[in-house]
Amino acid sequence: MSWFGRLMPSRIRTETRNKGNVPEGLWVKCSECAAVLYRAELARNLDVCPKCAHHRRINARTRLDHFLDAEPRHEIGAGVEPIDILRFRDSKKYKDRLSQAQRATGEKDALVVMQGCVEEMPVVACAFEFGFMGGSMGSVVGEKFVRAVDAAIDNAAPLICFSASGGARMQEALFSLFQMSKTSAALARLSRHRLPYVSVLTDPTMGGVSASLAMLGDLHVAEPGALIGFAGPRVIEQTVREKLPEGFQRAEFLVDHGAVDLIVDRREMRSRLGGVLAMMTGRAPKPKDPALEMLEEPA
Amino acid sequence: MNPNFLEFEQPIAELEAQIEELRRLGSDANPEINIGEEIQRLQQKSESLTRSIFAKLRPQQVAQLARHPMRPYSLDYLDRVFEEFTELHGDRSYADDPAIVGGPARLDGRPVMVIGQQKGRDTKEKLRRNFGMARPEGYRKALRLMRMAEKFNMPILTFIDTPGAYPGVGAEERGQSEAIARNLFAMSDLRVPIIATVVGEGGSGGALGIGVGDRLMMLEYSTYSVISPEGCASILWKSSEKSAEAAEAMGITALRLKELGLVDEIIGEPLGGAHRDYDNAAKGLRDALIQAIGAFDGGDTDALVEQRYQRLTSYGRYRDTG
Repeated sequence: MSWFGRLMPSRIRTETRNKGNVPEGLWVKCSECAAVLYRAELARNLDVCPKCAHHRRINARTRLDHFLDAEPRHEIGAGVEPIDILRFRDSKKYKDRLSQAQRATGEKDALVVMQGCVEEMPVVACAFEFGFMGGSMGSVVGEKFVRAVDAAIDNAAPLICFSASGGARMQEALFSLFQMSKTSAALARLSRHRLPYVSVLTDPTMGGVSASLAMLGDLHVAEPGALIGFAGPRVIEQTVREKLPEGFQRAEFLVDHGAVDLIVDRREMRSRLGGVLAMMTGRAPKPKDPALEMLEEPA
Repeated sequence: MNPNFLEFEQPIAELEAQIEELRRLGSDANPEINIGEEIQRLQQKSESLTRSIFAKLRPQQVAQLARHPMRPYSLDYLDRVFEEFTELHGDRSYADDPAIVGGPARLDGRPVMVIGQQKGRDTKEKLRRNFGMARPEGYRKALRLMRMAEKFNMPILTFIDTPGAYPGVGAEERGQSEAIARNLFAMSDLRVPIIATVVGEGGSGGALGIGVGDRLMMLEYSTYSVISPEGCASILWKSSEKSAEAAEAMGITALRLKELGLVDEIIGEPLGGAHRDYDNAAKGLRDALIQAIGAFDGGDTDALVEQRYQRLTSYGRYRDTG
């Protein structure tokens, strides 16, 4: 089990543990309500369980594909690749972990940045690939995030980031830690340009990512049930030596404690963010129904 | 085993014990032996032994020194480095966090703002200071003081010494992540020079939360890392006993981090470590701080902020295949 997997409460662990046993078939079992779901239907429902609305983790490209208009799209920083500067080796070589993650995800590293539109409004959007070493932030993630900010500034466009990460990547040691200040500095610059930044916290957003770019939004939006926090629940449990309260560090808990603005269902993410961003950028509202608009149009 | 010495220092401890013994015997001893000469000989031996042991410390041993129970803490330095210091308290919205101390101080006549993480010496004080692990209110107090420094045009000097930000229920409830993130954000464009110095343990995001600036210095036997060697070992090696390997792999020492271009300057410590001689350790720190601040004299503020931005965004190593 991955290091991050071991930090998670057993409830959400099931999903990945069972993955090995169940062949990639037509049917998927919901890890929350155990409903057996038709894979194609689940995909149409943006990987949200139609029975219990559990938000399954999705990969970065699928995420951006849901979120952005089909055209135009332009990927930023696609050529930025990780290097093993420290020749880091634990039970496995970092180099081997990287190539394994690259093969498994088809990504070069844990962040995908795309320039495109949401309901015809130009935006820059980034998404973390949790499948790539737990979405951990090393030099590549930091650099691509800064390029995303630069692109937003150059195009006077809002920035949206979907985070899903266990935190800083240990194999790049202090270089990883310094990506926290790097990304935060870029966001301060974006803020000086008065461009909106929406941070969407998805399951899970922890550690160095939560303590930098994910918590610096004009707007903090979370997906239902997402685990969000600084320290992992297991670390806290070991420190305070008591059982953690029900729902601790879940999206709803963060709303209650004032750290998150609102929880948005993935299926409404595009229209909700489109609407708020239009207000923040002084754009006209999107017509509610195109048919109605046509009726009102002067002949 | 002498508790004032770490395991790898035991040969030094034995010599020191012999010296003590001789001193105690004093003039009662055999007049045939010249005690003074013998003590001097042993002292020289002890010194050269210390030198040779400290010349090839493993990262894990440096980590032990950085956490040495007698190592000077921020307030020990504050007393010795600055001519004047007024401690200010509280984040103005929730509480005062004793794990972070700060306030205006005077360095070589010049007003500065000092912010440091503070560990406790005895059990009671350790608890009060929460072992140097700050809560959100600590980071927010630090930010309040930094804003004040900006307002009154005082350079900011921070002293890093923490195992990490506190992983507790209340800290999470009050937004530990947001508090740290907010400091990184704000420190990146404050309009006064910021000089951060790691004086002991530089523990991850908890350290970085007061560590962003124009210059990063480290005391010779301090450490700075993304996660503690023990934490790293238990996650990646699945065994906290592999912490020596983890310390090695991450490169947590001042020397290694300077090689990697992540640290600007190493401040030398007295022989055997800062805890052997507080006054001289403080003097080294004071000289380095005075010099570091001097470098920003008469500089243009916009240029300062722009340079800091370039510096912060330059960190990271990757390949760009275009």
